[in-house]
Amino acid sequence: MPDSQLIAARHVSTRVDHPAVRWMLIVLAVLVVGVLIIVPVINVFAQAFSAGWTTYWTSLLADADTRHSILLTLIVAPISVAANVVFGVAAAWAIARFRFPGRTLLTTLIDLPFAISPVVAGLLIVLIFGLQGYLGPWLREHDIKVIFALPGLILATTFVTLPFVARELIPVMEAIGPEEEVAAVSLGANAWQTFWHVTLPNIKWGLLYGVVLCNARAMGEFGAVYVVSGRIDGLTCTMPLRVEKLFQQLRHDDMAGSFALASILTLLALVTLAAKVSLERKTRGELAEAAATKIVGAEPLVAETVGTSA
Amino acid sequence: MATTSRRVLPGFTASLSVTILYLTVLVLIPLAACVMKTLSLSPAEFWAAVWTRQARAAYEFSIGASIVSALVNCVLGLLIAWVLVRYEFPGKRILDSLVDIPFALPTAVAGLVYSSLYVERGWLGQFLVPMGIEAAYTRLGVVVVLVFIGLPFVVRALQPVLESLEVEAEEAAAMLGASRWQTFRWVIVPLILPALVTGFSLSLARALGEYGSVVFVSANRPFVDQIAPMLIVAKLEEFQYGEATAIAVVLLIMSFALLIAVNVLERWSKRHYA
Amino acid sequence: MSIKVDNVTKRFGDFVALDNVCVEAGGGALLALLGPSGSGKTTLLRVIAGLEAADAGTIYYKDENVTSQTARERNVGFVFQHYALFRHMTVFENVAFGLRVRGWSRERIRARVSELLKLVRLDSIEHRYPSQLSGGQRQRVALVRALAIEPKVLLLDEPFGALDAKVRQELRQWLRRLHDELHVTSIFVTHDQEEAFEVADQVVVMHDGRIEQDGTPHDVFEHPANAFVMDFLGNVNVFHGRLQNGHAHVGGLELEYPDYPHSEALQAKVYVRPHELDLDYARGANGSLKARVERVNPAGSVAKVFVLSEEFGIGVHVELSLERYAELNPRPGDTVYVSPRRVRVFVPAAEEGPEYVI
Repeated sequence: MPDSQLIAARHVSTRVDHPAVRWMLIVLAVLVVGVLIIVPVINVFAQAFSAGWTTYWTSLLADADTRHSILLTLIVAPISVAANVVFGVAAAWAIARFRFPGRTLLTTLIDLPFAISPVVAGLLIVLIFGLQGYLGPWLREHDIKVIFALPGLILATTFVTLPFVARELIPVMEAIGPEEEVAAVSLGANAWQTFWHVTLPNIKWGLLYGVVLCNARAMGEFGAVYVVSGRIDGLTCTMPLRVEKLFQQLRHDDMAGSFALASILTLLALVTLAAKVSLERKTRGELAEAAATKIVGAEPLVAETVGTSA
Repeated sequence: MATTSRRVLPGFTASLSVTILYLTVLVLIPLAACVMKTLSLSPAEFWAAVWTRQARAAYEFSIGASIVSALVNCVLGLLIAWVLVRYEFPGKRILDSLVDIPFALPTAVAGLVYSSLYVERGWLGQFLVPMGIEAAYTRLGVVVVLVFIGLPFVVRALQPVLESLEVEAEEAAAMLGASRWQTFRWVIVPLILPALVTGFSLSLARALGEYGSVVFVSANRPFVDQIAPMLIVAKLEEFQYGEATAIAVVLLIMSFALLIAVNVLERWSKRHYA
Repeated sequence: MSIKVDNVTKRFGDFVALDNVCVEAGGGALLALLGPSGSGKTTLLRVIAGLEAADAGTIYYKDENVTSQTARERNVGFVFQHYALFRHMTVFENVAFGLRVRGWSRERIRARVSELLKLVRLDSIEHRYPSQLSGGQRQRVALVRALAIEPKVLLLDEPFGALDAKVRQELRQWLRRLHDELHVTSIFVTHDQEEAFEVADQVVVMHDGRIEQDGTPHDVFEHPANAFVMDFLGNVNVFHGRLQNGHAHVGGLELEYPDYPHSEALQAKVYVRPHELDLDYARGANGSLKARVERVNPAGSVAKVFVLSEEFGIGVHVELSLERYAELNPRPGDTVYVSPRRVRVFVPAAEEGPEYVI
């Protein structure tokens, strides 16, 4: 008889609520999620396809500006994600593997972009790189465009999605512990070999999880890019911006185009969610595995103590 | 552990340099620019920018709508977290995953669909509008979409705490004669209160800064349904960077205060309940 | 108030935690449920409390059938193994909880709780939170909280399990005294036989969901009902022997065993407690076992001697009184003769061997 099963079964009786209460609460919860989440998601697709498949595809592909917005998002998001992966791995290595003064401050700084309104984030970038910004005159002299151009979009998106990878990796690396890496170094591995052969295999699912979340937010980012982009069709409109632009034009055809584009973004969200669920299971596995090897490693010690006391 | 690994493991200087450089360029310098811009305003100018009637109305609505939506989220989030942790029912895992949709769905999509759901001919509006409930292009609409945006924060803050509640605490309450409701009210709620407050604050912070979805469901009418971030954008579009920055500083101070409050609270509850 | 457990069975899946258990505790009794982990003692306690529903059988409080009552309705004091104090409430609030849910007025609660806390000398720390208390203090708070509601019955799950040795000892005596003052029918679960014998009036030994023996501490210790009880009570030498023609043969020893007069040999286990063995340098009259002294440890209230019979390959633990030890003064390497004052024989098949005493 496994103990856990016994305990699980044992505690049920006093914690069980009356069936009527139970079912009422379940129905209420399903209703809340239904109205707030499920109905809107279904509605996006319903409106996107309301005029049939042909209209759907035309409104997506026949419009050059919409096509450009998809392309632009596919350029901006991967660059931001890549930058944040490099940063996230470096930050996690420094914070999870070393103790140093200011470590807590650093962790707080990493979280900061979550606390800043995207609009304010966009404003901060405008303040530096805008025409009247601190670097404005210098940039104009050298004919570099940041605001109302691709670099601005990338900067804004990177800022807003900065914490995702690092926040995901730090707890994973702390839970796994430095033992395996110390072992690798003691066996003569250099920094790169240690990272590539020991650390990365251990954190791969956690890293991927961070990448998935970071990417979803990068593709969907609105407020910050809204401010820095100037929303120039065919030039600086990413997918979410294009959705808004079409929506604001208040023409029937444009509404259909808006929902068609939104349906692509919704699909992206659903894929992200599915990936998230399966990756969560894998990261849990990663941590459980790390815990298991530690226990196995400790076993001879336990046996020894028992042996001497017996 | 840490001090020994510091000596043994490579890459401390390199990783810390990359981290600090990156944070400096992306976070610290922009924040410094913000501070500089603010300091370039005289106190009178600053005050004039942040305390106009329109700005005050925007803060009021921003804060009011955010608090109301975060409170609603506390109730709905507790309900959902409770059901997900305590009960078994078909479709539970799907429900659990769906709770994350507001995290994954671009805010523009949420705004777009919420703006059309509650109009008179919309899926939900066709029932609600005849009852006098208008949640499109109204203050109510803004609150509803903020509830959507903030819901997962409360659920995800509560779930682990509800899961780790000691069974014995509830059994002890029952043995001492408490009814289920008394147990919930006097034992469970106090134990999950820190997590609930954390969820509330996160949801509130997110709502305060939210722009993407609100821009769709609000008619952007000053004194009615204009939120503070919308006012910032409006100022920017008029190229009034100073005023925009001043209002942004007010918003930043509010978010930082919340962030600090959450941290203090978490530390306090750890010490208190350890 | 008396408690009666009548033919209670409880299963968890395929696992039978309680198998037709019958126990009765008289009014005002202090009963110990003693057994190894997994023996079903905690489950039995929880069934009595109403925290667990029995699959079959009946629970009576005095003459009242409470089987279908919930834990809440039974008005039972329960002390959890890890105390289950409410960590967001002070000592005072913890003790007051049961009165608060009963709708007592603020003043009445104040008076009653203060009185109780004074009784157990916890009144000076009534504003502390559980995390600020020592293990022994937590234990006392848990007990007072359970007693505050004036329960008809007090149930304790491993009440001293989480404490260190010294505090355990103090709290045991404290519990005994408290029980003598209050006379609440009490049942506690323990895996520690010493604790059971020291505190309880009645000891119930459990094993694999069944009751092995139910009696006074003296009965159980002096007259174990079967091999399991004998073994579980610990400190026992077990010999594999043979019964034949009214005799038990163990190594070189031949003991009279009139209950088995048959000529057909029967395997049996012979149990001898270390303090029921004697050593001598001369061969005894009833036959004795020749052995060599291996280790001697005179530290403590008795002298522990370990001897080895090379002939039969048997190691035997012997406990001598310090006087006897001084008289003999055995040294490692000495050849001695071991003779039992008393042995118990249990036939494995029946497990119900009559006791045999020389």
